[in-house]
Amino acid sequence: MAKKPLLEFTDRGIYCAQGKFYIDPWKPVDDAVITHAHADHAYWGHKHYLAHHLSREVLLYRLGEINLQTVEYGEIVHKNGVTVSLFPAGHVIGSAQIRVEYKGEVWVVSGDYKVEDDGISTPFEPVKCHHFISECTFGMPVYQWKPQVQTFNEINSWWRNNLDNGLATVLVGYSLGKAQRILQNLDLFNGKIYTHGVIENTNEALRRNGVLLNPTERITQESSKEEVRKGIIIAPPSSVGTPWMRKFQPYSFGYCSGWMAIRGAKRRRAADRGFVLSDHADWDGLISAIDATDCECVYLTHGYTATFSRYLNEIGFNAHEVHTLYGGEEDPSNLPEGEAPSAGEPEKEVLSFGEDLSEVGGADS
Amino acid sequence: MKAFAQLFLSLDETNKTNEKVKVLKDYFNTVPDTDKMHMLALFTGRRAKRQINSTLVRNWAIEASHIPAWLFEESYHVVGDLAETMALLMPQSDASSSKTLTEWIAEINALNDKTEERKKEWLMDSWAMLDSQERFVFNKLLTGSFRVGVSQNLVIKALADISGLEPAVLTHRIMGSWLPETYQFSQLMAEQDAEANISRPYPFFLAYPIQETSEKQKTPAEVGIALGDASDWQAEWKWDGIRAQMIKRGGEIFIWSRGEDLATEKFPELHLFLNALPDGTVIDGEILSFQNGLPMPFNVLQTRIGRKNLSKKILEESPVAVIAYDCLEHKGEDIRYKSQTERREILEQLQTETRYSEVFRISSLIQFESWEQLGSIREQSRAMIAEGIMLKRKSAAYQVGRRRGDWWKWKIDPLSVDAVMIYAQKGHGRRADLYADYTFAVWDGDKLVPFAKAYSGLTDAEINKVDYFVKRNTIEKFGPVRTVKPELVFEIGFEGINKSTRHKSGIALRFPRILRWRHDKPKEEADTLESLKALLGE
Repeated sequence: MAKKPLLEFTDRGIYCAQGKFYIDPWKPVDDAVITHAHADHAYWGHKHYLAHHLSREVLLYRLGEINLQTVEYGEIVHKNGVTVSLFPAGHVIGSAQIRVEYKGEVWVVSGDYKVEDDGISTPFEPVKCHHFISECTFGMPVYQWKPQVQTFNEINSWWRNNLDNGLATVLVGYSLGKAQRILQNLDLFNGKIYTHGVIENTNEALRRNGVLLNPTERITQESSKEEVRKGIIIAPPSSVGTPWMRKFQPYSFGYCSGWMAIRGAKRRRAADRGFVLSDHADWDGLISAIDATDCECVYLTHGYTATFSRYLNEIGFNAHEVHTLYGGEEDPSNLPEGEAPSAGEPEKEVLSFGEDLSEVGGADS
Repeated sequence: MKAFAQLFLSLDETNKTNEKVKVLKDYFNTVPDTDKMHMLALFTGRRAKRQINSTLVRNWAIEASHIPAWLFEESYHVVGDLAETMALLMPQSDASSSKTLTEWIAEINALNDKTEERKKEWLMDSWAMLDSQERFVFNKLLTGSFRVGVSQNLVIKALADISGLEPAVLTHRIMGSWLPETYQFSQLMAEQDAEANISRPYPFFLAYPIQETSEKQKTPAEVGIALGDASDWQAEWKWDGIRAQMIKRGGEIFIWSRGEDLATEKFPELHLFLNALPDGTVIDGEILSFQNGLPMPFNVLQTRIGRKNLSKKILEESPVAVIAYDCLEHKGEDIRYKSQTERREILEQLQTETRYSEVFRISSLIQFESWEQLGSIREQSRAMIAEGIMLKRKSAAYQVGRRRGDWWKWKIDPLSVDAVMIYAQKGHGRRADLYADYTFAVWDGDKLVPFAKAYSGLTDAEINKVDYFVKRNTIEKFGPVRTVKPELVFEIGFEGINKSTRHKSGIALRFPRILRWRHDKPKEEADTLESLKALLGE
């Protein structure tokens, strides 16, 4: 009889039968280990959560009162004889790969990851394993990132240029991860950083967690439009085209995403500028990360899984596609309105604690 | 090339018309004159002859990218643009070339008589000399189509701003065939047009549609409110052939299609009558296939377009004639400024004088007293093998390009059928990596038979929804094509239907497009092949 694999793919998520826990499950379970706080990985309704310390405040902010245990990278937790530990994934602050070991067999679940050091997330660390469960959001060779310093030089000079031309600057990126990465790398000599409420809520959660971020100012009804137009506005994708954004006209609007690498995707977005900046590994990054695990077998959960697994098999890896509910194959901005965002990040955020939702919906003040 | 690559990048970086014009002006003000003319040629669709065929370029790009061919193809479907795919897949480079656009094009043209081996060597060296943005525009030069999101009108606007000349004058000066190697920028911008190029056509005047969408039908009364007194207007049938401009100057004849292709040799039947015209005559008209004095459907003409050699058989099966609409030049004088009525008189005079009235026909005027009456005449369009009615203001001059006001087309409703989407493929350009090209089927018994492909007619939001559906309802993948669970029903509109031996369904449609998504219809209620065939009118 074939031995049961240590981790299985079930309709609730990735499951460890031996340890009786799930990793990033999308249906309510008793025991969930969470790679990071993005909505397609950290769902509401589990009885117990395990995550990294730096995900703590964001998880509580996003999911409300949950039973949450947090650990440091490398710290060992035992679950029914199975050893569980977290290793940096470099995706966003607090993101982790989950290492699972039982009787000498090691599995690693990557969650989402990138290999470039973004300066704010703990850098990705390869973990040796027998079985590696990897994302491949950008698993096509056309996706090759430049070093982020080049992209930030472009962003900073665009901002400078807008100031010279009397334009406000609106930079759009996801509220957890991209937004902080941007604001840590802006040239503060250009001006102040203003944030949309949804982003500032995430910033505050991270600051409560002890993360040092550049100073930012929440845009409220009291904010002076003239002052805000002299700085840079960081806004989530859901604010694009809303009256909230339009009140800063005339502006130049930039979009930060890996999808911006393709001209067509950029034109579709109708952004003035598309900056190629991703929190996922690019083609070479994926291959080097998988290679560094020395794994016998790699399972691809989301992204261009079919193409990427075919290529990996051709170059000598043992790769398989698996179906999960993590980000699909698409650019999240192409999703029809009202559909659950899948790739990576929530387009709309759940504001708990009875906060005012009008800001999220974009109602003008 | 740096400046040309930067031009592309800067045009991509703004969505605002004024800024695009500014970017174009900056380019014109910084590069050498020869580069300006090359850029102008490229931006107005005058592509130099392809010196390396695209299969070779593709194969060598695959080699330079160190990836398997299948992965290159998959990448192409994600990117939706060949030049861009090649640029993205090659190893990153810090090199940059100081050669001008003119120099690069000269090098490309010099490949003409080189061996394949030499061409490859040159291409590999060239790629190594360029950074990725330069490679992208360089690949565009090599492989063709320059669709840059900038209309010819914007380029003309930039040139008009620089020179102080009227846009219409500049539009005329860049019509027809000219070579960037010989046409000087100073000639183009000269106060007086010294140009004596006898083949040069005039810019076409194009009608604006009365019904901008097929969903909102305008009644004759509404047309009347918009256009005023019926007696101010001249009405003709809107013929479905090839719009053309025919020139007789200096003893020579030229036939230009609306796409500014010189098509003189494609229509030998017209040569006799054109040669017999007085020198200094330009006629605007429609070329159609005729049989027994009656126009035939467009697909008959289509069989001879694109043929290199016109066999005797083809000439016998689909002989062409011209239905003349207008006269733009008479006795060597540009008479576009004259009124429609005056030009019509001149045209009628020319046509009366011809000995070739079988091929030199005139578009007959429709007599009508009221918009109501014209509305009911319009109902006969399909029987006339016409697409509807053209309305021209009697007092109007012949203008440049498509504009509202004096020429209107009042087309009949398209034919339509409800069909089920069964295959989907990724789109191109701004629809790259989205399932945006679809194949539709109708019922033949309990089977769905594909009969048309269409990719236009949906909004971006609708395309996103269909894309979402396709990705979650794929049955099988055949290369780039996905077989999709038959479920979504769309109303497909088309201008005409004909028998076809090349298609499984036995029919071919003219201009199929999506009219609307029928959320209300289950797939069982889609139309049948039988009902489609009934439209063949047999």
